[in-house]
Amino acid sequence: MLDYLRSNRREVIAGVVLIALLASYLGTHPRGASTYVLTIWANQCLILGLAACAQFFAVVVRGIDLSVGAVMALTNCVASYVLDGSGIGMAFGMLAVVGAGALCGLLNGLIIVYGRIQPIVVTLATASVFVGAALLLRPTPGGAVNYDLADAITLDVLGIPTALIITGVAVLGFWLPFRRTGLGLGLYALGSSEQAAFQSGINTRLVRLAAFTLAGLFGGLAGLFYSFVTTTGDAGIASGFTLNSIAAVVLGGVLLRGGVGSLIGALAGAFILKTIASLMFFSGIPSLAQPLFEGMILATAIAIGGADMLRARNKLEVFS
Amino acid sequence: MGRALSIDSLMPYFGVVLLIIAGSFLFPQVLSADYLTQQLQIAAFLGLLATGATVVILLGHIDLSVPWVLTGAAILSTALVGSGNPVLSALAVPAALAFGALIGVINGIGVAILRIPSMVWTLAVNSMLLGLAVLNTGGFNPRGESSALMITMASGDLLGLPVSFLIWIAVSAALAYFLTRTPFGRYLRAIGFNEKATFLSGVSTPSVVFAAFAIAGMCSALGGVLLAGYANQAYQSMGDPFLLPTIAAVVIGGTSILGGRGGLFGTIGGALFITLLTSILSVMQIDDAWRNIIFGVIILAMLLFQTLRKGAAP
Repeated sequence: MLDYLRSNRREVIAGVVLIALLASYLGTHPRGASTYVLTIWANQCLILGLAACAQFFAVVVRGIDLSVGAVMALTNCVASYVLDGSGIGMAFGMLAVVGAGALCGLLNGLIIVYGRIQPIVVTLATASVFVGAALLLRPTPGGAVNYDLADAITLDVLGIPTALIITGVAVLGFWLPFRRTGLGLGLYALGSSEQAAFQSGINTRLVRLAAFTLAGLFGGLAGLFYSFVTTTGDAGIASGFTLNSIAAVVLGGVLLRGGVGSLIGALAGAFILKTIASLMFFSGIPSLAQPLFEGMILATAIAIGGADMLRARNKLEVFS
Repeated sequence: MGRALSIDSLMPYFGVVLLIIAGSFLFPQVLSADYLTQQLQIAAFLGLLATGATVVILLGHIDLSVPWVLTGAAILSTALVGSGNPVLSALAVPAALAFGALIGVINGIGVAILRIPSMVWTLAVNSMLLGLAVLNTGGFNPRGESSALMITMASGDLLGLPVSFLIWIAVSAALAYFLTRTPFGRYLRAIGFNEKATFLSGVSTPSVVFAAFAIAGMCSALGGVLLAGYANQAYQSMGDPFLLPTIAAVVIGGTSILGGRGGLFGTIGGALFITLLTSILSVMQIDDAWRNIIFGVIILAMLLFQTLRKGAAP
């Protein structure tokens, strides 16, 4: 048990911080710990959480995805067309939305792998293309999502917010088995050392392609869930999510130099970031000062992670 | 300078010529002197930001605090002028530059001493500046106005050329001298290639990082002062649309996003290219959606061309 805690130190710290924040949020909320409060909280957290998962897959292979927000905007606009109709039509619609996200990610991956351009630059350019495509679909916000379906996914089941159930499924049903597959290990190998991964016979091109496709797929899931929460399509949502997803993965203990961290950490980081924002809302801090406090808390949280460096015994340790 | 004049850095200039030729077929007025000098004037805003970004990117880092350093400098300078006090008004531009340098040093503390990835730390600094601006202005458009000096810097003409363009070129030339002819420039590129080796060779790497971020902060602040002079006011989020085009301008100019390789000559071309591309796309009155798509595709095409050329002749 102790060994487990030690080897997953980053996730454990993020988890403890999250629980403390959530407790103080529920404590200060005027309506206390009710299903209603938890549901709204969980929905907001899961949107950013899925975006952070997308970012995680790009970051773990030592890349970065600046098109996460743009993929969300595009899939959100797609969703506003296909999620209002018959039952079977909506089922295919959901597949189409997630598929569109995965296609965007695959496109990123193809350009990165075969064009040999840095991910940060590629996704910067493709983000502009995706936002353009989203604007083609929805020049102005509009469209609709079936309310019954949206309610089913954004409310609660037996008092447990559906968003938390989805989070649980993503972790237990997808991430834990996935990490043990060849591809799951390949992601970490590629992120730690591309040369070593290549020399151990890993198909590095395929793994990188898969990583960015997964990033796009989770971007699509984030866009889908966002559509259920807002029940409308809006091409202008891109900018906030991309940068917040980067902040979330870093808060969750995922290292930007690749190979370290987990999907659980990324989710925890996103939940922390959103809980801080919600906490601020009820904290009694004047509303004009809230953005400053949010920024300062983000900076402090990141700086505490960096404070390890001040204790480095050998000056060379800091360059690793 | 041999390295600075690589084919990569000349490419955006070819792009500019192509754009002008193609644009002139659709709209003859593209070839008029008025239109072209106006482009030089507008390119200076993006160009100054990209100049600072080049210095940081050569170091192997990135500065995402550009938008709110720019906005903060604009708010600060217009507020000082708006106070009506002639002394404060004269201090507007130096104060804005000092503000930019201060933020640069704060960026440097996080990156050089706490060793936080610059992409995250400058992002956090950016959101703190946003918070400060909101707290300071109450979320409304900040009051204030631009001084005569700021308006001349942004919109004046000298010998037929826009003053803003001359300022941009002067700043770029001065920095290019520092980057190519002084130890600072060599250390900067060396850190971009391999920070550990540079440190082991006896270079005080943190001070180079501090200087680079301070220069970038001052460039962003100067860009903010010019934009405030151009619009005769500061407004919330005036810097947000500049962040990504700034990075695109640097990369199109042949500077490697990984650091170490590249130079300011290419960045000037990159900023001209992006400004002209944006302008021609809006002159053509294409709707926003297609403008975004074409913008992204052209940037991708230029980057692909760069790598394909290297693949053909390693």
